[in-house]
Amino acid sequence: MEGDLAHIGAGLAAIGSGAAAIGVGNVAGNFLSGALRNPSAAASQTATLFIGIAFAEALGIFAFLVALLLMFAV
Amino acid sequence: MATEAQGEAAAHGAEGGLAFHPMDQFIVKPLFQAYDNVVALGEPGSGGEGLTGLTESGHEVALTAKQALEVEAGGSVAINLFEAGIQQVHWYTITNVTLWMAITVLAIVVLLILGTSKRATIPNRTQSVAELAYGFVYKMIEDVTGKDGIKYFPYVMTLFMFIVFANFLGLLPMAFTTTSHIAVTAVLAFAVFFTVTILGFVKNGAHFLELFWVKSAPLALRPVLAIIELISYFVRPVSHSVRLAGNMMAGHAVIKVFAGFAAIAAIAPLSVVAVAAMYGLEVLVSFIQAYVFTILTCVYLKDALHPSH
Amino acid sequence: MATETHGAVAEAADHAASGAGMPQLDFAHFPNQIFWLVVTLVVIYLILNRVALPRIGAVLAHRASTITNDIAAANDLKRKAEEAEQAYDKALADARVEAGRIAAEAKAEIQADLNAAIAKADTQISVKTAEGEKAIAEIRAGAVDGIRAVAKDVAAELVTTLGFKADKGTIDGAVEDRVKG
Repeated sequence: MEGDLAHIGAGLAAIGSGAAAIGVGNVAGNFLSGALRNPSAAASQTATLFIGIAFAEALGIFAFLVALLLMFAV
Repeated sequence: MATEAQGEAAAHGAEGGLAFHPMDQFIVKPLFQAYDNVVALGEPGSGGEGLTGLTESGHEVALTAKQALEVEAGGSVAINLFEAGIQQVHWYTITNVTLWMAITVLAIVVLLILGTSKRATIPNRTQSVAELAYGFVYKMIEDVTGKDGIKYFPYVMTLFMFIVFANFLGLLPMAFTTTSHIAVTAVLAFAVFFTVTILGFVKNGAHFLELFWVKSAPLALRPVLAIIELISYFVRPVSHSVRLAGNMMAGHAVIKVFAGFAAIAAIAPLSVVAVAAMYGLEVLVSFIQAYVFTILTCVYLKDALHPSH
Repeated sequence: MATETHGAVAEAADHAASGAGMPQLDFAHFPNQIFWLVVTLVVIYLILNRVALPRIGAVLAHRASTITNDIAAANDLKRKAEEAEQAYDKALADARVEAGRIAAEAKAEIQADLNAAIAKADTQISVKTAEGEKAIAEIRAGAVDGIRAVAKDVAAELVTTLGFKADKGTIDGAVEDRVKG
């Protein structure tokens, strides 16, 4: 029973991964629209793009981690 | 649940119906595992439930019913002492971690030393790649940290080369991904964290604390921001390490889960396609995570060298 | 994590349950990983710092300097080529001027020679003309004398034929008068 609840919790936590996907999509999409407006400045900002994506993705990874913990460690 | 048709799969893990557990690939195990023969059966019920046996060196191990019958019949049953939980992994034990880290070092030596041994002005392929890696990290530090960050170049290059090679080597089938372990990435991240903090105080003294005092914000907001900045500063090593380990572990676990689905014949083709797609994604992720780890190191280094916003 | 109940046997049973729990959170393995990681990092750092990075840096610097030198040499050569072209142009222009001068000189010389020759020819021609005129005058004079003699003879004959008798002196005088006209 306890294990079943943990599995449900893991499933719920995995939703966070989807939320992170939205965040990453936002970052990349806004970068693209900005880059299309001003292509000459785009190359110098790719590092910033990756940092932004990394931050957004880290939170999704946290959610995934919680899911894993609930699946395997509780 | 395990479909009866799989048969073999059920032999290993009853739960989940996978022929292998997706997390098995992350187990740290000794390269040289000890075996011992069972010489006698233990007292039934002495160590809790189940059948036990006594090995030559006097360890009490759990036995399956089949093994117990074998012992009773006078046959020799070899027990893997590591799997039985008797052989411990000490800090000096040579494990698969050691093996794959050694391979990482070897790969770096091959690329950066053997590849450049000719010192050619017109480089061959390997030397080009080595120079590309050098230029990539060098430019990253120069752009992000500034000219005064160049003297930390060997340090950052070490981190980058280790992570990128560990990530890529982890993608080989049957490989062990060292960077998927939080213990490894935490050491890397805390090394960066302590370096940056100490460097910040050594270089700037108390001015380093200005990092938390946002001068561009209204005065009333600054204490609140200071607290937020402080918290985010101390969360850095956690997110820094969990990002890398989590990404590597997630990708590899997902590949294994998809691979496990291949045991069901009807969805096996889909599973193969999914594994191939995930593998491609993982190749990308391997590099991007190494890049992100390195560039964040550079960003933190910049904070230490120029703390005022 | 596992509920650790009965020592080794329980642990063994736990392991037999196939890695239930994340291997990443098995703290028993942490010292091993950290130790080997530190060893690895130190080795990589030494390799990079002692051998690889100085070598690659030197190769890149050498290449950069080679390229810079080559470009400088190329510029030098280009400058030299331009100089040579200018010198050539100048030499060409000089040669043209010289050629013009020489041509003019030659022309003048030839003109002088020509003038001299013409003058000489003129004098020769005038001498010859004078000689010719003299000869013509002589011939003319000779012819006039001849005509007189013929005329006198013809007149004398005519007079004789006509039956007259005239002495020679009278006929000659009459012819002389007629010829003088």
